[in-house]
Amino acid sequence: MKYMDEFRNRKLADGLLAKIRDISHQETQIMEVCGTHTMAIFKYGIRSLMPEPIKLLSGPGCPVCVTHNRDIDTAIALAQRKEMILITFGDMFRVPGSNSSFAKVKAEGGDIRVVYSVLDALQIARENPTKQVVFFAVGFETTSPTVAVSILKAREEGINNFFILSSHKLIPQAMESLLDSGEVQIDGFLCPGHVSTIIGSHPYQSIVQNYRKPAVVTGFEPLDILQAIWMILHQIHRDEPRVAIQYSRVVDERGNPVALSILDQVFEKKDASWRGMGIIPQSGLKLRKEFEEFDAEIVFPVEIEESRENPECLCGEVLRGVKIPTDCKLFRKVCNPDHPVGACMVSVEGTCLNHFQYQQ
Amino acid sequence: MCLAVPGKITKKKQGHKALVEVAGLEREISLDLLPDALEGEYVLIHTGFAIQKIDEADAEETLSLLRDLVQANEVHG
Amino acid sequence: MEEKILLAHGSGGKLSHDLIREVFLPAFDNPMLRPLDDSAQVVIEGKRLALSTDSYVVKPLFYKGGDIGRLAVFGTVNDLAMCGASPLFLSASFVIEEGFPIATLKKVVHSMKVASEEAGVMIVTGDTKVVEKGSADQIFINTAGVGFIEEGVHLSSSNVKPGDRVIVSGFMGDHGISVITEREGLGFRQKVASDCAPLNRLVKKMLEFNPSIHCLRDPTRGGLATSINEIAQQSKVGICIEEASIPIRESVRGVCEMLGFDPLYVANEGKLVAFVESKIAERILGVLKADEMGVDSAIIGEVVSEPRGKVILKTSIGGSRILDMLTGDLLPRIC
Repeated sequence: MKYMDEFRNRKLADGLLAKIRDISHQETQIMEVCGTHTMAIFKYGIRSLMPEPIKLLSGPGCPVCVTHNRDIDTAIALAQRKEMILITFGDMFRVPGSNSSFAKVKAEGGDIRVVYSVLDALQIARENPTKQVVFFAVGFETTSPTVAVSILKAREEGINNFFILSSHKLIPQAMESLLDSGEVQIDGFLCPGHVSTIIGSHPYQSIVQNYRKPAVVTGFEPLDILQAIWMILHQIHRDEPRVAIQYSRVVDERGNPVALSILDQVFEKKDASWRGMGIIPQSGLKLRKEFEEFDAEIVFPVEIEESRENPECLCGEVLRGVKIPTDCKLFRKVCNPDHPVGACMVSVEGTCLNHFQYQQ
Repeated sequence: MCLAVPGKITKKKQGHKALVEVAGLEREISLDLLPDALEGEYVLIHTGFAIQKIDEADAEETLSLLRDLVQANEVHG
Repeated sequence: MEEKILLAHGSGGKLSHDLIREVFLPAFDNPMLRPLDDSAQVVIEGKRLALSTDSYVVKPLFYKGGDIGRLAVFGTVNDLAMCGASPLFLSASFVIEEGFPIATLKKVVHSMKVASEEAGVMIVTGDTKVVEKGSADQIFINTAGVGFIEEGVHLSSSNVKPGDRVIVSGFMGDHGISVITEREGLGFRQKVASDCAPLNRLVKKMLEFNPSIHCLRDPTRGGLATSINEIAQQSKVGICIEEASIPIRESVRGVCEMLGFDPLYVANEGKLVAFVESKIAERILGVLKADEMGVDSAIIGEVVSEPRGKVILKTSIGGSRILDMLTGDLLPRIC
């Protein structure tokens, strides 16, 4: 497959690994903040190929995992209403909220549907005019512009039974929050490649300016990840941290101006609660006032109990990179993909699921 | 979820839509976020939308750079 | 244990296994059920008979390369073939939703007739039930089948030994992806064909060549990864698979990349995985490749003693990681 296979070349991978070994002299912790990176690193067995001093950490890059229980509980409460069709992306389906999950509500008769694209949700709204269709909008900057497009289309076509429950988040703010907390040693970031096709590379400047950490915008094929790791080590070696774009075939410094403009037209920033990280200022998105009629949170206020987390679940610490799944008492013994306690064990991008499935 | 795949635009259609081909299969996607994409161009597709163009020359350059890096390695042992 | 049945209980992965272990096995427990192979083997007057049953709820009913009727015949024929039996007779039961067009029923039934002739089996008994509109999705079919197992054939998922080689008979993931590309809403213009086919003839050739093959499995729901895991667990061995050697069609890879599926977990309906002693592996591969149904066969790995019960994948870039059983539900109503 063009533009994928070439970046999985074994010989080039071996070569890059040799170069990485050549400059791996000190303990270095590199964090990725994109669930798709978490998956790729596990899928290709990249950890098994890293020399001893190099540690790859997973951060809060899984949008499903960082969705706060309160948001999930709200969506579940809406899903339980008879006149609602609640629509999510596949991953969110089995994530447990405080008391239930979408899978369970479906088993009890709720109309819950999984889609591949937000445009499918809009189509469901067109085809079911007597129902209220709520799309649980989860995702980072790669996905939120697509949802913005759907809102504009809904307005244009006068679709009045389509709503979104926005749990969209912005990743650069979370990266700074992690560095601020100082909880875990991060020596460099693999920056999310597809988020960056939208936002460009400028948002990572403050990480270099304020914290002097290398920030490399990374693709998702094995050669991309290996090259980016090498670039970070090289920067550290020369003590020249900067923002660099490894994924230059699709990432431009300025990102995608059309997408950014549409995003800005429809959404504005707000403070958001991230699972395990508390409230991060200006890290979430909500619909602007002029699009309020599409905001499920305003149109369908729900009363929910105070959200709860299992006190023994370490999802929060895992998302911050402070703990790894095997540190959690529940991991494997109680919490596993078929009986997940926390979101990190459900989402295909979840750190705990990836550890469970791919590590011995 | 930042899953995105490269695909080639085989046909542009009305209303910011296009047919895109991935591994021999075609499907319709939205060009709402990339309205000036052209037929024959490679784009990155995420949840039914083209989100960015793939710079083919850059891709070649990256691969070429990697090949050079690896060769240099082999030369120096 | 869950309180209610979830879609994932039907996916063939971990939850399905939980259900069998915690609900069905304790109730029905007996030595013939316990191996939990695709077919049960019973001994009647000194002869070994294989018995198998499956229900078919695939959606949509018709897709490129197959339909629910064809699947219903081949699915059970293949389960019998996997334990080395020559399938002879099938039963066919139908649960039909009120309002289902009889013309469509005729199409399905005709397809079953053609399939049974292809496989060389006869449908000798059946049943029909009709339920009110809304109580079943169009049509569900159950088939059960019987066949005799020859002397000297001992295929079982607990029979695999360290040193055995793992062979697949062709491209992985075709059926599941075929069903996906057919479903509306995903908008694929071209369709991938299902690999729905009867394996009994191919198996007969393999066993005629050498009856001491250790195990055969058709990787349906849950895909190749789930089947290999089941065998690793039941034979208490480790299995090492070389990712680069697994044959997968370009188009299947493309759909999987787009939708985030792993082709190793996608259902197949006309392929087998064989576990054979290393000294006959190359020749069995030859037998497979000489048959039109096995031209794309490949040796993809080997059986080791540790880690017991686990499958390790050597990735295309030389890394290694665990290849686990399917958890959750890749895609509902795939077969």
